Order: sequence, then C-alpha cells, then structure tokens
Amino acid sequence: MVEIFGIPSYALFGQLLIGLINGSFYALLSLGLAVIFGMLNIINFTHGAQYMMGAFAAYLMLEYLGLDYWVALVIVPFLIAATGIVIERLFLQHIRKLDHLYGLILTFGLALIIEGLFRNAYGSSGKPYQVPELLQGGRNLGFMFLPNYRAWVIAFSLVVCFATWFAIERTRLGSYLRAATENPTLVRAFGINVPRMVTLTYGFGVGLAALAGVMAAPIYNVSPQMGSDLIIVVFAVVVIGGMGSILGAIITGFALGVIEGLTKVFFPEASSTVIFVIMAIVLLIRPAGLFGRTV
Amino acid sequence: MPDTSALLTVADLQAWYGESHILHGATFEVRAGEVVTLLGRNGVGKTTTLKSIMGMVEQRSGSVRFDGRELIGLSSDVIARAGIAICPEERGIFASLDVRENLLLPPQLLPGGLDLDHIFELFPNLRERLTSQGAKLSGGEQQMLAIARILRTGARLLLLDEPTEGLAPVVIQQIGRTIGALKAQGFTILLVEQNFNFAATIADRYYVMEHGRIVDHFPTAALTANMGKLHEYLGV
Repeated sequence: MVEIFGIPSYALFGQLLIGLINGSFYALLSLGLAVIFGMLNIINFTHGAQYMMGAFAAYLMLEYLGLDYWVALVIVPFLIAATGIVIERLFLQHIRKLDHLYGLILTFGLALIIEGLFRNAYGSSGKPYQVPELLQGGRNLGFMFLPNYRAWVIAFSLVVCFATWFAIERTRLGSYLRAATENPTLVRAFGINVPRMVTLTYGFGVGLAALAGVMAAPIYNVSPQMGSDLIIVVFAVVVIGGMGSILGAIITGFALGVIEGLTKVFFPEASSTVIFVIMAIVLLIRPAGLFGRTV
Repeated sequence: MPDTSALLTVADLQAWYGESHILHGATFEVRAGEVVTLLGRNGVGKTTTLKSIMGMVEQRSGSVRFDGRELIGLSSDVIARAGIAICPEERGIFASLDVRENLLLPPQLLPGGLDLDHIFELFPNLRERLTSQGAKLSGGEQQMLAIARILRTGARLLLLDEPTEGLAPVVIQQIGRTIGALKAQGFTILLVEQNFNFAATIADRYYVMEHGRIVDHFPTAALTANMGKLHEYLGV
C-alpha cells in the first residue's frame, strides 16, 4: 500500500479526483456567472436553477424521447439558453441599470419559482441518469481507480473553460464584449448592437450552466434542488475569485474544488466549511477577490 | 432657407438628462467637407449636442437630418451605420483592451474608411504602441487613438469633442495638422472647442452656444471682427 503523508494513496487521489470533479462544476458555473455579471451587471441567482434545468432536460430527453447523453450535451445548452434569452428580454433588460439588489432579488425569485415547478412536477427525490455507454467503466492507474466518465468531465470542462477564456480575451467578438463591459454607450455609438450582444451573453452564460447540468446528470442525482445545493458554494467561489474576472473564475473554481477535496482527507470536519472560511479571509484581505479589478 | 448642400442639418434640437433640460432648441448646419466649430462656455450644451446627434442621449427631440435622412428617433448603433462617428471628450479608450484592439474595435460600417497604413501615416506613434494596454498611453496618445479608430469605419462626419483638452502645445499642433489632413481627404468635421486659438487654425465656420441654444455664428474670415463679442460669449 502506497502512503503519502500517512494517507493511503487511493484515498488521497480519490478525494483529489472528487475535488477536481466538483471544481469542474464550480469553474463552469462561476465562469457563467462572471460572464453575465461583467456584461449585464446582474448577479444571476437563477444560475443554479438553470443548471438543474440542464440536468432535467437531459433526463427528460432520455426518458421520453430516447435521445442519449451526447445528443443532450449538444442540444440542451441551446434549449436552456433560449429560455434564458426569454428571461433577459422579459425581465432583466428592464432592471440592468438599477442597483444590483433588484437583479439579485428578481433572479432569486425566478430560481425559487423554477425549482418549485420542477418539485411539483417530478417530486424532490433524485432521478437516476446512466453514464453513457461509451464512458462506462474505468481504468486502474496503479495509485488509484479512475472512472472514465469522471476523466471525461474534467477534461471536457477544462476545454470548455479554455475555449470561453480564449473567445473573450483573444477574439474580435471578445473585444466587443470587454469594451461593452467598460462603456456600453460608446461601443453602441460605434455601430455595434449592444442590447443584442447583452441578450446573447446572458444566453451564453445560461447555456454554460445547462451544459454543466447535463455533465452533472450521471454523477449527481437529477433533482430539483441540485442547483441550490451547489450554487451557494459557487457564489463563494465567485466572491473569492472576484466578480467579473474570467480567468479568476476558472482558476478559483478548480483550485477550491481541489482544496475542498484535500480537506476531506486531512481534516474532514472542516470539508464542508473550508470554502466559506477562505471566502471570509479573502474578503478581509482583498475585498475585490483574488483576481478582481478594483474599480 | 434650406441649404441643399448641407450634410448635417440640426433643427430645434432639445435634449434632457433625466429632469434637467440641457438643449433648448439648437439649430445649425454643417456642409459636406467643412470643419465647423461649436464654441461656448462650460455647461452650455456643446457635448450634449454632439451626443444627441450621435443618439447617445436618450431623451431628445427636434430634427437631426444627415444626408437627407432623419436620425432623431434612431438608436446610436443605427446612426453610426448612417456614417457618423464620435470621438468623445473623455476619449473613451478601453483600459482592458490593448491599442490594436482599441483601434480595430469600431467595425467598418461603410466603404471608404482609411486603411491601417494610412492611419499609421497620420499617427506614426500608434504603430509602436500596438501591444500596449489602452490605460498605459499618455493623454496625447490616447487622443490620437481615439481619433484614429473612427477613421476606419467609413464615417463621413466626425464629431470631435475637445480633442486638445489637457494636451501639450506640441501635441495640439499635431492634432491640428491631422484634422487639416482629414479635411483635405474629404471628411466633414464638427468640432467642439474651448480653445478658439486652436479652432481658428482649422475651422471654416463657428457657431456660438449659450444656454442650450445657438446664439451666433460667423465664418473664420469674420473672426477678428467678432473678437470682442466672442470674448464676451466665452467669458475670457
């Protein structure tokens, strides 16, 4: 038996893997929140519900239409993004210029409504969702057992995070986004349809949440409250990373997942609170977050 | 008497910021190829006039006709596509974008914009600063960049809001030469200036604003004759 710091390696790496898995979801969700906040100035409390809708959409498509995981992975983000676009057009566009609190309360209320509707329709017990056939099983790496599906989740979320970062920081479209975050009035006066860009940005952030939901379906139970369980931690991640920072959201998401996992090995009593302890410390030392810009 | 050669005709332009009524019926025109300067003290509505033409002030009424088309009810992105571009007083350089991104940000909307080589001929300093962050430029470089980036778009009318504000004399001279070069290339320019010594070197005509209205106008040839009045208007 291999031991590291007196801890058996399978336990250490096992928790590290769980940490990376959780970190993948933290990163995907806080990335969406950061993108939305940067452009819309809205703290999207509906994010957890939209993640849950993604998971449910995958479940329902399999159950009623026989469409498998891979189809869901492609279609569901667009489907849920479309519902996000409706929300933006109906509600959010009218309150963007008001204090953050309005957006927060509105999106929080929407989250409660959506969650309630799903609980009403499907009950609060979780629905099982099978790991896709292609990714069943796993491999023994010697020091630990790595399930294929979990390896896929980590790799794919890294790819999605990097692609999002690249699109925002390195492309022409991304420069429109960054500029509109700073000065939307002037960007619009340059002939760019900023309101449409805002709507699509919200749709994109929501689509990311839904994508995370589809990826989560085979790992966690598909249940109406799966989003609200996760979103509290994700908001702590966003506070630590700094609102509005793309790279900050990604790095902090993965890092905190790993820290949480390691805490489970070395000091299990603190594993559910460690992120909030870190949040408190960061708020004291750097109120704008580790990667946040102080404006 | 409507002048058929006017590119921009502003009539009874009114504008509000919330409760405050800033423009009280400004009326003036700019002909194709002219450099026209709006003079006036701080707070008389010069900047608001430019922003209202550009559609950046939400509450506005009256008439802004450009190239025969009424723009008053249109949003600023649509107005931009009609062929007007603005260089705002605060310059509006995006701090999170580098110089190249700032320069390439305004999309080409109409044919006839300057290409990059041409722009670097006018602003040689920018070529060396392409990878600098927008926030790291000097005031003069920021002003050059703010003008340079709207030349690519194909806009025919440029609205320049106090391009010399806070700049060193040598930079002001360079900006003066640039505006002259732009005029020679057929751009029409509506300029807001406090510094009429600068304006005198480049403008064809002047309008004087007071309390949100145009109160006087004269061509450059009549500048000396009107100096006394002008000192009174500007309070200098």
